[in-house]
Amino acid sequence: LYAKGRVLGFKRAKRNQRPDISLIQIEGVKTAVDTEFYLGKRVAFVYRAKSEVNGSKIRCIWGRVTRAHGGSGVVKARFRNNLPAKSFGASVRVMMYPSRV
Amino acid sequence: MVHKPRNSFLTVGVSKYSRSQVIAKRVLYKRKPVSTLAVCPPASAKKVEVKGAKNGGSRSVALNKAPRFYEAEDVAKPLKHRKHARTATLRSTITPGTVLILLAGRYRGKRVVFLKQLESGLLLVSGPFKINGVPLKRVNQAYVLATSTKVNIDAAKIDAQLNDAFFARTKSAKKAATEEAFFEGQKKKEPLAENKVAVQKATDKLILEAVNKVEYLPQYLASKFSLSKGQAPHALKL
Repeated sequence: LYAKGRVLGFKRAKRNQRPDISLIQIEGVKTAVDTEFYLGKRVAFVYRAKSEVNGSKIRCIWGRVTRAHGGSGVVKARFRNNLPAKSFGASVRVMMYPSRV
Repeated sequence: MVHKPRNSFLTVGVSKYSRSQVIAKRVLYKRKPVSTLAVCPPASAKKVEVKGAKNGGSRSVALNKAPRFYEAEDVAKPLKHRKHARTATLRSTITPGTVLILLAGRYRGKRVVFLKQLESGLLLVSGPFKINGVPLKRVNQAYVLATSTKVNIDAAKIDAQLNDAFFARTKSAKKAATEEAFFEGQKKKEPLAENKVAVQKATDKLILEAVNKVEYLPQYLASKFSLSKGQAPHALKL
């Protein structure tokens, strides 16, 4: 019930990066036109930690897809708390809600 | 009286109509003054009889009394709240009888029949319970995918008592913080109210009539939605 995505990195120019917005590549999305479906969709970065919080060692950072990035289907997402740089290359879940279909 | 502006600017500082022209536009000669009715202003004070020979017989007591207490600091007055949330507009793809896919919550992935939109904007939905275990439930439009499959149900026949009040939480009798209650452990889950079970059965009967007529529809509703490898949500044709 979610599309898989990868965290590519932060929004950046050649030498400066802005960590408040991350770039996400969604599986199967190859053009900017296709990204229209995903705009506004909630994104979850799920990760494990050593200590237990609220009864679970699994933690999550929620965010939303905000806009397309470039013309090849990459997408910008803004998270409640910025993603850690450790997440580059890690999977992210792009949920199918809020749905507009 | 709010109306469109009577004057406008030709360029900066040069208005289209002169002062007398604007006054003429007000058409005062046609307006009749609203006749003031002879209404006595509401009484602001009342007379109270007072006993005692030397007390003057009666006193005038103000009806709108001045407050007995004034705040030492200025109390901030909250700004007027003019925006009112409207109930969500139902998507055109969702009509009574549409099969919806629930995207989140306990029943995520389940295919479910849409019944009607409630006053709060939430969608009333039912499994039917016999088929996939989803009871009469309220669901937000944003957490639902509308498919093109439709079940032929008559929206008018849905029970009228199914509204937001039907789903309000029942207040359980409070067993005040007694030690008894504490040691009793978890309170046993109360069985569902009888009238709710009855409404569920009646509504489902309505839906099942229509569902069983279509080949494979009961099995379709019983199955769960999922994405398989290579399937991308944006390319799905629902």
